[in-house]
Amino acid sequence: MARVVVDVMLKPEILDPQGKAVHGALSRLGFDGVVDVRQGKRFELELEGDVTEERLAEVRKAAETLLSNPVIEDYTVRVEQQ
Amino acid sequence: MKVGVVTFPGSLDDVDARRAVTIAGGEAVALWHGDHGLRDVDAVVLPGGFSYGDYLRCGAIARFAPVMTEVVEAAKSGMPVLGICNGFQILCESHLLPGALIRNDHRKFVCRDQPLRIESTSTAWTSRYDEGAVVTLVLKNGEGGYVADDATLDRLEGDGRVVARYLGGNPNGSLRDIAGISNERGNVVGLMPHPEHAAEGLCGPGTDGLPFFTSVLQALTAA
Repeated sequence: MARVVVDVMLKPEILDPQGKAVHGALSRLGFDGVVDVRQGKRFELELEGDVTEERLAEVRKAAETLLSNPVIEDYTVRVEQQ
Repeated sequence: MKVGVVTFPGSLDDVDARRAVTIAGGEAVALWHGDHGLRDVDAVVLPGGFSYGDYLRCGAIARFAPVMTEVVEAAKSGMPVLGICNGFQILCESHLLPGALIRNDHRKFVCRDQPLRIESTSTAWTSRYDEGAVVTLVLKNGEGGYVADDATLDRLEGDGRVVARYLGGNPNGSLRDIAGISNERGNVVGLMPHPEHAAEGLCGPGTDGLPFFTSVLQALTAA
């Protein structure tokens, strides 16, 4: 088994109301010095067998097709060592 | 003329949409998300609601429902398709319309009677309006902020594909006050407010939404 992590973030130019709400709450709780908060999504995909370049290409395709919306989001794919 | 209304798990306004079709004089046909095939309908409405619980992103999972294969195919070959609210989100996720809908900038769910200006009457769904008509429809959404890059917005405006714009203040942070857009051909329209909730005098803010449904019936009869 191998774990591949896909992180999805709104593109920098897209407004993130959730991140803003979290930022506001942090300030109210006294966590000072936080200039900005952006909230994203993390997907952990457990793959059968070894991670090959082919499998990773498939994960990237899944990230582009379903896990992210390329119009408003960017994604990164990385293999998590276990 | 048969107008199909798709029910996804979590659709809310499918019954109202079918009712509006009937009031407009059409035959409403219930379509099921899990079926392939469109039961010989002449047009399709993707209704409002929270398909698949809005999991992942609004409309992201509904886009891959079995029935959507046929809806996308039919839309590309010219069949009139109207996406209302969650349906608009599904059309954007399906790439039948450009851009995307994100969480309201003020973070609150909005539910109100919303004045709009109809800016394009050259679509299959708006031909019965007078251009520039000011109408009031119900607006109810949590993720109704329309976004697209500047080039796309300029192209939409330049090509007359902004179908409706919010009046009297922007309710959700939509760029350039956009409430609805169409594809190039004008057969596919996405709209955040709900014309199906303004189709009869008994309830809702009036009957300003009815022309969406009479327009498509006229377009189909003429075709």
